[in-house]
Amino acid sequence: MIQIEGNKCDFCGCCVGVCPVDCIEVMESIIEIDDEICIDCDLCVFICPIDVLSSVATATI
Amino acid sequence: MWQQQQFDCIVVGGGPAGTTFAQVASRGGLSVLVLEKDRDIGMPVRCGEAISDKGLRYFHDPDPRWIQSTIDRIKLTAPNGTEIEFDLNDKGYILDRRIFDYDLAHMAVQEGAMVVTKAYVNGLIIDNDMVCGVKGNYLNTPFEIQAKFVIGADGVESRVGRWGGLRTQVKLKDMESGIQKTVSGIEVQSNKFEFYLSREWAPGGYLWVFPKGNKSANIGLAISGYYAKEGKSAQKFLDEFLQWKYPECSVLTTVVGGIPVDKTLKCMVADGLMLVGDAAHTVNPMTGGGISSGMMSGMAAAETAIELLHNKKEPTRANLNSYEKKWRKLRGKKHEKYYRIKEAIFRFDDDDLNRIADGIAAVKEEDRSLRKLFSIAVSKKPTLLIDVMRLFTGL
Repeated sequence: MIQIEGNKCDFCGCCVGVCPVDCIEVMESIIEIDDEICIDCDLCVFICPIDVLSSVATATI
Repeated sequence: MWQQQQFDCIVVGGGPAGTTFAQVASRGGLSVLVLEKDRDIGMPVRCGEAISDKGLRYFHDPDPRWIQSTIDRIKLTAPNGTEIEFDLNDKGYILDRRIFDYDLAHMAVQEGAMVVTKAYVNGLIIDNDMVCGVKGNYLNTPFEIQAKFVIGADGVESRVGRWGGLRTQVKLKDMESGIQKTVSGIEVQSNKFEFYLSREWAPGGYLWVFPKGNKSANIGLAISGYYAKEGKSAQKFLDEFLQWKYPECSVLTTVVGGIPVDKTLKCMVADGLMLVGDAAHTVNPMTGGGISSGMMSGMAAAETAIELLHNKKEPTRANLNSYEKKWRKLRGKKHEKYYRIKEAIFRFDDDDLNRIADGIAAVKEEDRSLRKLFSIAVSKKPTLLIDVMRLFTGL
């Protein structure tokens, strides 16, 4: 699961450009990630220029 | 109200590629609607703002209001600190994109286009596999508008293309993670581009200092996604550089963004849909410059739309193929070469760069040229020639 530090985001959309499953939506000053679609590839985490995104391990039952 | 109208073309995105499409298509007699998701055209800036005189003049005579600095000289700094300077054959400019983009939109409107800001497009209307309009949201009210052509000018995100079935995702190694700060209170020469090349400063990319008038500059860098994977962000690299080189500077603006340094998309069109600018990966993959090439793709797409409409032809994928052909002739083929050179240069480590820089520094300034630079690069690193030959022949 990807965690967003929303107040740090500049909404540049470069995470959207590398996302292989199109699960990120960036509006003017809103960023949302659809956890249902996200495949935890972390490409968005790597490419973010200002460390807004981080990968969080999720517990499995 | 625009929500109730029908248009020949709807352009998603109000950057230079989108508004150039709108200007050319409107001048050709087409009705055009430009939908921009942000509240301002030209803001926030996501660009180093550099353009060559030739690239700008292809479209417009430079307006002094757009230009922050005129550049006629370049300085490269190698990892070991060796500095190489030479004059540019073609002068360049640092633009003020806020004014430039705004004026491009204004020119499109003067030709008859309609521009709407704060209009967020969140899907396409598709009928029998043909894109025939867009869906979106404007001030919390949903809208659906039909059009003969939809133009995806939505930048690096390029979601319009994905919705239309095109593969627009940028591979991590072909995406540069970029950040730039406009700083004040520093000594810079106002006529000189400065580049810093090292894996220590900007791995898989470069760091730039672009003067912006009096004691001010855009200082930025881009790192390859390939290296960004190692966990150090573009911001950390830039902060370290500023702390080392300009510890006393004031930061007036910070902008960030992704730069797709890729070959142009193999498929830039679908039935009823054309992609232009960053959305179609039209950035020069070697330099990362994308303003004039984006505008050129917008122009080529508009010419295709005009031709098809005037000849009463349907905007099928096969008919829109003429846009792809125009683009490949204008820039696309060159960009494929630049991409291969980028791939070869990408393999240089700091020792290679130092050897090349020292070789060039030994050449008298008046004898320096890009051709000379390349021949020295090859003599200092002979495997470069093999790399380039292999890449050019596709082996």
